[in-house]
Amino acid sequence: MTLRATVAELVREFRASGRIVIVGASLAGLRAAETLREEGFTGSLTIIGDEPYEPYDRPPLSKQVLKGWVPADHTKLPRMREVDADWRLGVAAAGLERVTKQVRLADGEQVPYDRLLIATGTRARQWPNPVEAALDGVHTIRSRDDAAQLQKALAESPSRVLVIGAGFIGSEVASVCRELDVPVTVVERGSAPLVGALGGVIGEIAAQMQRDHGVDLRCGLDVSSLEGDAAGHVRRAELSDGSTVDADVVVASLGSIRNVEWLEGSGLAAGFWGVGCDAGGRAFDINGVVTDSIYVAGDVARAPHVLYEYQFLAMEHWDNAVFGAEVAAHNMVNLEPHYRPHLLLPGFWSGQFGINIKSVGVPPFGEEIVFTQGSVAERRFAAAYGYRGRIVAAVTFDHGKWLEYYAKLIEQSGPFPPPPPGWDQPSDTKPMPAEFPDPRVPTAIPDVVLTGHAPSERTAEFRPRRH
Amino acid sequence: MVEETPWQQALRYANRANPYPFYEELRKTPVARQPDGTYVVSTYREIVALLHDPRVSSDPRKCPAPATVQAEGSAEPIREVLSEPNIITCDPPEHDRDRRMMMPHFVGPPPSPHLISDLEPEIRRIVDGLLDDMKGKNRVDAVDDFAYPLPVTVICKVLGVPLEDEPRFHQWIETALDALDFGPEATSEEIRSRQAGGRQAVRDFGQFAVELLDRYARQPGPGMLSALVNEDGPEGRMSKGVLASNALLLIFAGHETTVNLIAHSVLTLLRHPDALEKLRRRPELIVPGVEELLRFESSVQFWHTRSAVEDIDIAGTTIPKGAPIFLAYGSANRDPERFTDPDALDLERRDNQHLGFSQGIHFCFGAPLARLEVQVAVGSFVRRVQNPRLVEDPPPYRHNQIFRGPRHVLVDIDGIRD
Amino acid sequence: MRIVVDLNRCQGYAQCVYLAHEVFRLNGQEALTYEPNPDDARRLQVERAAAACPVQAIVIDRLDGAERGETS
Repeated sequence: MTLRATVAELVREFRASGRIVIVGASLAGLRAAETLREEGFTGSLTIIGDEPYEPYDRPPLSKQVLKGWVPADHTKLPRMREVDADWRLGVAAAGLERVTKQVRLADGEQVPYDRLLIATGTRARQWPNPVEAALDGVHTIRSRDDAAQLQKALAESPSRVLVIGAGFIGSEVASVCRELDVPVTVVERGSAPLVGALGGVIGEIAAQMQRDHGVDLRCGLDVSSLEGDAAGHVRRAELSDGSTVDADVVVASLGSIRNVEWLEGSGLAAGFWGVGCDAGGRAFDINGVVTDSIYVAGDVARAPHVLYEYQFLAMEHWDNAVFGAEVAAHNMVNLEPHYRPHLLLPGFWSGQFGINIKSVGVPPFGEEIVFTQGSVAERRFAAAYGYRGRIVAAVTFDHGKWLEYYAKLIEQSGPFPPPPPGWDQPSDTKPMPAEFPDPRVPTAIPDVVLTGHAPSERTAEFRPRRH
Repeated sequence: MVEETPWQQALRYANRANPYPFYEELRKTPVARQPDGTYVVSTYREIVALLHDPRVSSDPRKCPAPATVQAEGSAEPIREVLSEPNIITCDPPEHDRDRRMMMPHFVGPPPSPHLISDLEPEIRRIVDGLLDDMKGKNRVDAVDDFAYPLPVTVICKVLGVPLEDEPRFHQWIETALDALDFGPEATSEEIRSRQAGGRQAVRDFGQFAVELLDRYARQPGPGMLSALVNEDGPEGRMSKGVLASNALLLIFAGHETTVNLIAHSVLTLLRHPDALEKLRRRPELIVPGVEELLRFESSVQFWHTRSAVEDIDIAGTTIPKGAPIFLAYGSANRDPERFTDPDALDLERRDNQHLGFSQGIHFCFGAPLARLEVQVAVGSFVRRVQNPRLVEDPPPYRHNQIFRGPRHVLVDIDGIRD
Repeated sequence: MRIVVDLNRCQGYAQCVYLAHEVFRLNGQEALTYEPNPDDARRLQVERAAAACPVQAIVIDRLDGAERGETS
């Protein structure tokens, strides 16, 4: 048998009877499993998830679920096909042993794999003071259970809700509070809401939007402490300027933490920004060498992106989970030259205060912003972000039908400012600084971030020079 | 004689029944400059790109008319006669505002816009009535006896246009459409002789709309036009001219395209007995089936009021600033780069993102109503008409190139099921 | 039944809202929200809405009560 025939036989054999383990039973894990079956993988498939629920969709949690329209358990994801998997739900992965190719579960069981997909995602950053975080009425929102609890609290007409952190989730929570006519105070350490993701210019518009809807918005401030009553229920917050806010519901919306702790000691390139992998989803080890049997997808993945100077990009976006999972799964059951790249132009949306905010590209990569269409005053507009004379991102407020024009320009590294539209030009069409904070400032962390070449994570063992 | 371009050939009346071979030729040059300076775009990807390109205007006032039109003074009676724009022929922000004002009166107010779904029982009653009337006949006309009466009855009710005025506006529309020609025959004696009549018909139709709106301003009545003329929402009221122009558009587009779609659907299914049989066995396929019929025989074959307000580089060509742009939806919907086996009718086609209603901000205003009407009409025809056979293939077509459709579709039948 | 709307694709045409307003809602002019697990009685409406989406952003479950996992 020729070498080529032998390799082809091995691939066939693996597809027929290999063992694949997916750690993470959310959107990325599910879509990966479906893709594996779609690709003809008939071996054993195990899906491990720390939550007891089958895969559900998270974006509705901070919107229609919190509002009370849709029950939290009505978020189960539709299935594209049967996956015929061994579902291990309600038990977290606790460790990875690469030499013996085993995933260790929190209950001590070892699950062997031939190929592994890491799709453990992120979790909500908790309020840092554990005593205060344990007070009744202090919430975070990431999971189905979180959303159900917070929804219940909002439905009980609290006297005031305090939202700490005005990123997308925090802003959406504030929006729901106002829709429910619940008084809400938002405290944001940065200069404006959404400033980490969209910069100060757009942040200022978001701030005005919040205030117009009756949000008590306080920027440039921290919450220094939370106070509870005798029964252990939160009642008051002290802010860094010494003022206080009385509130009986507190939502800590401080961004997310990547679930990588279970990989400690595995020798993979896992850290604060997630697990490093190539654009095909193959995980790197700490020395920057690509592995053959471990793949990464979803929020926990960070991979070099061709459009952004090959910097490692981490994307907490819905379609990144879907497409990243599809690519990783395809590559798990194929060999070169049949590998596919995951080259997604980042995109996200957020519905808040009756406005649809959408974006493509990586806004924080931009240094400048220019309004290109519509009216800022009416909150119906499009704006483009530029870096060194080329367009790198765009954002729209209730102008989503135009977004794909900008997406095409970004893909082609089109000029910045982009060519002017033929009509509906904004009153001010001059580029201006986009005003992004340093991405390392806590709470300003955007949900799509260029993590650079990660010099701070240099844990590699450098090879000594021989004489 | 100079050889005609594929586009000019596609527009010839002799090719109305089957323009598709010419479209195929046309797509070899996705953005094709015509002798009169018009740029015809025929491929899916390029059309979608231009539908989302803010350097494209839909307002004909921003574009000099094509050279031939200026020279011959012919092609467009409507453009000359209607001085005010409607939502198809204007750009943001006016377009967006007018559409925002009109939409709630059509579909119902948020958060539960229910008016379209509420129409379903009435649509079923009308369709069943039309089919009942065919009882005892051996031969019916799927246009005059079926495709035409439904949409015109429904749109009159929705808008509040008296049904007894139908013969009048029907005649104006026919006259105007027959005078509108974008092809090599535009300069023929026959078409030129229709020009004056076409212009007069649009004027009469406009006058009719103004009088109707005036009547509703004095005495509010049922329907969308009365609601619009008495609008007192936060964004103000449309001017009388704009309102009249939109009223004309709604009356005309509110049924004309649906008539053609129902007629083409019957024709297409009779040409594809397997599909017809499948639909009879699995009635639920009418939902994806209508999408496929929208793709297969698009009711709006192209649109002609767009132009470039800047130079636009696309598909290796530069459309120069000021050039008219025609978007050939009928061709894009048969583009093999986008649709697998595009000339095959597949009622279960996956990923059928057709351009039958266009895309972008000018996406068909009446789409939800049209879909419901066609689903009910074609679904009921398939279920109730026994052994339908096409009498004449191809059937005679109407003259107009944009709103392409058969004038008659004669069908022999064995009877009508209950 | 189960659905998910790819809101990256969604451009706010609202056709789904006009055809199935109990399942899909607009928040303002463009922001779509929806019931991800609507009652089976709404199936025809939801299928009409999915077919009508100009950008084909509505994904409907392709399994009908088949294997889905162990719990809930």
